[in-house]
Amino acid sequence: MAITKQNLRALNGDEAVAYAVKQSDVDVVSAYPITPQTIIVERFSEYVHNGEVDTEFVCVESEHSALSMCLAASATGVRVFTASASAGLALMHEILYVTSGARAPVVMAIANRALSGPINIHCDHSDSMVERDAGWIQIYVENSQEAYDSIIQAFRIAEHNDLLLPTMVMLDAFFLSHTLESVNVLPDETVRKFVGTRKIPLIRGHRGKLVPFKLDPENPITMGPLDLYDYYFEHKRQQEEAMQRAPRIIKEVHDEYARISGREYGNGLVEPYRLEDAEIAAVCLGSTAGTTKTVVDQLRSKGIKAGLLRLRTYRPYPVKDIINTLENVKAIAVMDRSHSFGAHGGPVFHEIRHVLYDASIHPHVVDYIYGLGGRDMPQSLIHEIYKDLQKILETKRVEKPVQFIGVRE
Amino acid sequence: MASKWKFTIKDFAEKPEIFMSGHRACAGCGPAIAYRQVLKAARGPIIATNATGCMEVVSTIYPYTAWGIPWIHTAFENVAANAAGIETALKALKKKGQLKYDHVDVIAFAGDGGTYDIGIQALSGAAERGHDFLYVLYDNEAYMNTGIQRSGGTPHGAWTTTSPAGRVIPGKVEYKKPIGAIMVAHDIPFVATASIAYWLDLVRKARRGLEAEGPAFLHALAPCPRGWRYDTSKTVEIARLAVETCVFPLWEAVDGEYALSAPSKVIALKPERKKPVKDYLKVQGRFRHLFVPEFEHVIGEIQQIIDRRWKRLLKKCGMT
Repeated sequence: MAITKQNLRALNGDEAVAYAVKQSDVDVVSAYPITPQTIIVERFSEYVHNGEVDTEFVCVESEHSALSMCLAASATGVRVFTASASAGLALMHEILYVTSGARAPVVMAIANRALSGPINIHCDHSDSMVERDAGWIQIYVENSQEAYDSIIQAFRIAEHNDLLLPTMVMLDAFFLSHTLESVNVLPDETVRKFVGTRKIPLIRGHRGKLVPFKLDPENPITMGPLDLYDYYFEHKRQQEEAMQRAPRIIKEVHDEYARISGREYGNGLVEPYRLEDAEIAAVCLGSTAGTTKTVVDQLRSKGIKAGLLRLRTYRPYPVKDIINTLENVKAIAVMDRSHSFGAHGGPVFHEIRHVLYDASIHPHVVDYIYGLGGRDMPQSLIHEIYKDLQKILETKRVEKPVQFIGVRE
Repeated sequence: MASKWKFTIKDFAEKPEIFMSGHRACAGCGPAIAYRQVLKAARGPIIATNATGCMEVVSTIYPYTAWGIPWIHTAFENVAANAAGIETALKALKKKGQLKYDHVDVIAFAGDGGTYDIGIQALSGAAERGHDFLYVLYDNEAYMNTGIQRSGGTPHGAWTTTSPAGRVIPGKVEYKKPIGAIMVAHDIPFVATASIAYWLDLVRKARRGLEAEGPAFLHALAPCPRGWRYDTSKTVEIARLAVETCVFPLWEAVDGEYALSAPSKVIALKPERKKPVKDYLKVQGRFRHLFVPEFEHVIGEIQQIIDRRWKRLLKKCGMT
């Protein structure tokens, strides 16, 4: 398939998301404004009020209701979208679990913002990291182009009948949400064709006959019943089985999209950067990867064998890809833009170290908590991290396994 | 919006059950009667959604269900948002020509906890946005599913496990929140109260609620033998006494215009028929602790608030 001719537009991350939703034939959007996600709902409101979309758009009275509406609409069989951030996502917390438990393929964009308190509107990953166990697929993007591309892919992934897993796409507050970028957009009909229409699977209904898995007066089913110790466990296990199927589907959708758009992000799960022969490497998520790639290039030009692994999906956690790409690296610095208070480092660190336990050789792995509340992460600080790794490489000793970087002492 | 729809006891018997037998509600459960009555008002396809609570629990223990219509439960405080989501999705499907029906009714069911307290935000939001759905509040006046805790719908003086009949404080200190008036203040097309003792009135109001274009709110008093502490055979009797004592008057407000319903109108026209609240209180164990000399004044307080609210209602209905 030939790569489709595309239009270059100046869009910030939020606008790129709104544009992707506009093109994805979404039936119901229900959302509540919160900085820095607000531009998504503002742009979408304009599309609605200018008659550019058919979508039913409902401005609700809270994020809790936004997701509750999306969940019930999705259960009625339509394609839905919502967006949030920070406190808004925290308010949705309860319904995130209900949504994944109901196997409702809701797609949501998150403009990653610090959690209160103290109140702060800027970027870190605390809001979505705390939801990593909620049964949603989580995709972290590096730039606005990827935000656009990932939203379109997310509908295909979430609604895939082998999955039926709600999917959230994370973009960094302000660094992406409010920063203008050149974004290539596909023609409407190309996106429409790619996302297709939502297909409802058949399930075994109450009387044993196959019925569509939705609220349908012709084939009534009871959704969200009381589910006690005799069945709940099996239903939770089914969610995990769907998550295990997710890497294959995410890769397939990513590859198919790459063929029409000409854009790919690693294998869709992880994006290794100059890792093949790397001795030292960083691991990070989101927009920091862009800065880190520049630092890697600078180090490489000096002959230092540095690399980067960007995790694109955090759920499902790309275990095999992490082992395959990192096991030959000798010293690894994980960069965590959130923290688990009282724990030994941030969540990304925990999980990277954890999976590398199964690798044939165990590299040194250290953690840097950075950028909380939108604190800038300039190249100079990333250089410091790689310098530390070089020292670990020389001395074969780790002095501080976990430290904060870019913070006043 | 006057409904031309007629309903007789024969129709009632012949109409297929939507809320079916076999559910696990207690003997004498008022809410189960309310559900059955509301669903007898069906005029076509319905999708129902239910807040967390007794009725969700007793009707859907997986893999069993008492529901003959599509039904969804998601959480406690969001049933109005769920109804809004279903209604919006149906609108989207219709616009695309993908809805097999001309119209599908949407009903949200919730108890008093899910309505007066934790669910009022979602309810208020959905009412403000004008979604076309019927919200049925089955009011058994406490959190019965968790074991009888006080809610905003629990009346003054009532014993619950969180408003116990103590030596110093005799039951619930606060008064019942006037939820119906709050909903009328949202300027929605139809709000009504109903009691399961007056089934024809209840079914007719449920039907009018379905026929209303926009949000409709039906507040159904549904006594609970476990929580109110009375014999399971007395449910309907007590539901009737609530109306006869004007503790729970029956009225409807169409486009904000209040009107008394027949059982309460009779009392308005013949005030001598109004029974003292004592008659209602003395048959329920939850008020038993008030019938001692040191707390008898609470019965007086209850009579006072009931009289005040009844007077105010008569004024709203143009009956004074």
